[in-house]
Amino acid sequence: MKPEYEKYFRNNLPHIWCAGCGHGIVMSAWARAVNQLGLDKDQCVAISGIGCSSRITGYIDMHTMNTTHGRALTFATGVKMARPDLNVFVFSGDGDGTAIGGNHFIHACRRNIDMTVVLMNNNIYGMTGGQFSPMTPFGKKATTCPYGSIDRSFDMAELAKGAGATFVARSDIFHAKHLTDMIVAGFNHKGFSIIEAVSSCPISYGRRNGTPDPRDMMDNIKEMCVMKAAYDKLSDEEKANKIPIGILQQIDDAPEYTSEYEKLVERVQGGAK
Amino acid sequence: MANVRLVQGNEACALGALKAGAYNFFGYPITPSTEIAEHMAEMMPKCGARFVQMEDEIASIGAVIGAAATGRKAFTATSGPGFSLMQEAIGFAAIDEVPCVVVDVQRMGPCTGLPTLSAQGDIQQARFGSHGDHAIIALAPSSVMETYYMTIQCFNLAEKYRTPVILLLDEEIGHLRERFDVDPDEEVEIINRKQPTCAPEDYLPYENTEDDVPAMAYWGKGYRYHMTGLTHNQKGYYSSVLPEVDAFNRRLTRKIEGHIDEFWESEDFFVDDCDYLFIAYGSVARTAQEAMEELRAEGIKVGLLRPKTIWPINEAKIKKACEGKKAVIVPELNLGQYAREIERVIGKPVEKVTRVDSELVLVEECVDKVKEVLK
Repeated sequence: MKPEYEKYFRNNLPHIWCAGCGHGIVMSAWARAVNQLGLDKDQCVAISGIGCSSRITGYIDMHTMNTTHGRALTFATGVKMARPDLNVFVFSGDGDGTAIGGNHFIHACRRNIDMTVVLMNNNIYGMTGGQFSPMTPFGKKATTCPYGSIDRSFDMAELAKGAGATFVARSDIFHAKHLTDMIVAGFNHKGFSIIEAVSSCPISYGRRNGTPDPRDMMDNIKEMCVMKAAYDKLSDEEKANKIPIGILQQIDDAPEYTSEYEKLVERVQGGAK
Repeated sequence: MANVRLVQGNEACALGALKAGAYNFFGYPITPSTEIAEHMAEMMPKCGARFVQMEDEIASIGAVIGAAATGRKAFTATSGPGFSLMQEAIGFAAIDEVPCVVVDVQRMGPCTGLPTLSAQGDIQQARFGSHGDHAIIALAPSSVMETYYMTIQCFNLAEKYRTPVILLLDEEIGHLRERFDVDPDEEVEIINRKQPTCAPEDYLPYENTEDDVPAMAYWGKGYRYHMTGLTHNQKGYYSSVLPEVDAFNRRLTRKIEGHIDEFWESEDFFVDDCDYLFIAYGSVARTAQEAMEELRAEGIKVGLLRPKTIWPINEAKIKKACEGKKAVIVPELNLGQYAREIERVIGKPVEKVTRVDSELVLVEECVDKVKEVLK
């Protein structure tokens, strides 16, 4: 029997993701979240940019847009301002979201418009064959840093927090149930919600960095990702190779953009000059 | 007379957009288009519409396309540098056939150029700015009143042909204040995108229809479909199947260029009764008209063809108009961007009057050019 959440998929699988890719786990974690929330497909929108992660919108049975590289958040802002009644999901990757889309990323965080963003971080540009992204760790190899990256990397969650995002969470493909919970919590947050989904790319990243086997990558993610409460108790030394997962920032009283606009319209139409 | 007042071109554009039913404006400040954003920021909340100042022009056009995809009428306004930034997304609107309007109040370029001074330097960019093959519709008004009506027409054409439409204003028109006599309650034709009549499961959002323009369903009504900047089949999914790709790309151009007679407009003065024909658009057409009148007063048979629709070019119409003329003169505020298109169409050189020093083409420059050719 097909799992119930599959009703949110179109009947055009198989997908393009390589064997061992973590993105399929993110997609099913997201579909479980949507199913748990009981959302009407017709009242939902899914928007993505360009890259492996962004291909997800082709498989989702909603109003979907696979837009230009880095710009998903801009299209999503347009959709939400046109139809605030629709539920908006955005899918992006580490390159799409924090390199070419970096400007839109910080401004979407700042604006606090109600949407749920899932950023799949596999530390690499997979679609173009393995170039380093702003989230490739220092020293790791990619086709455009064959001797190891000398670029310092972004911590997406810290970036989002700094830009004023009102809901920032992280989870990963090993803790898939937890990832579903984070997406549900992000959706239920009124405002801009961003969830980093730590994913894996054995082909373009793992092969060049000593983990060509997807199982090894999964083990590494399992080791690296620690629940925030446990992470906070670690010594600085212990934290070195760990990252916290869970809700990393939540601000519930920040003004949400579409609501503020409604208030503005009321104020202006009420005769205020 | 009650409605007569002095209005700036940019304000007329803003008023026209609201009249056309614009619900969303997304923009980024840039001279000399900024007044449009300022007017929208002031007026849209009053009308219950939505204005957002975005972080840049790339964000602005993305948001416009997102809003327009859902079914709203959306637009942005910019100038040369911002227009350049928007080109990739204009290609998205073209390939996904999203009706939207981009107002480009042209300024002197290249690059930052002279922000507050006139030029018509974006003529070719409007046509060929985005990569790949697709047709585009671009209109160019010559007066403030015309800016109002042409803005409405831009939205109508966008909806009818499922395409981005460019309104090319000269800085001179955008900042010009002149007599504006429009009844705000006047009834104007408003076109909305064609809706599917089939069941949702049979809906083809990129169908090869007889009129080349597929129906575009409003969101939230059961017609869920996929939009992608990738070349796609009639359902909207990525396709690299040769016949599908070929049919799709050809339709994108044909749906506009193949239907040019339905929408192409010009204003003609003595086109059939002249030896010397000016072809001019935007603010320069006003100069050419004055030159024409002076020359005709002297007994020299001069005419003027003013394309209101800059793109696509109406080859048949231009060819016919230029037939048998002793000379065709194209004055413009660039080094001949439209002149080269006229030359291509008629297959012989035209006389150019060009300025790229930010000043306007003068009437006497047009007069002198005709007299020079006469000799």
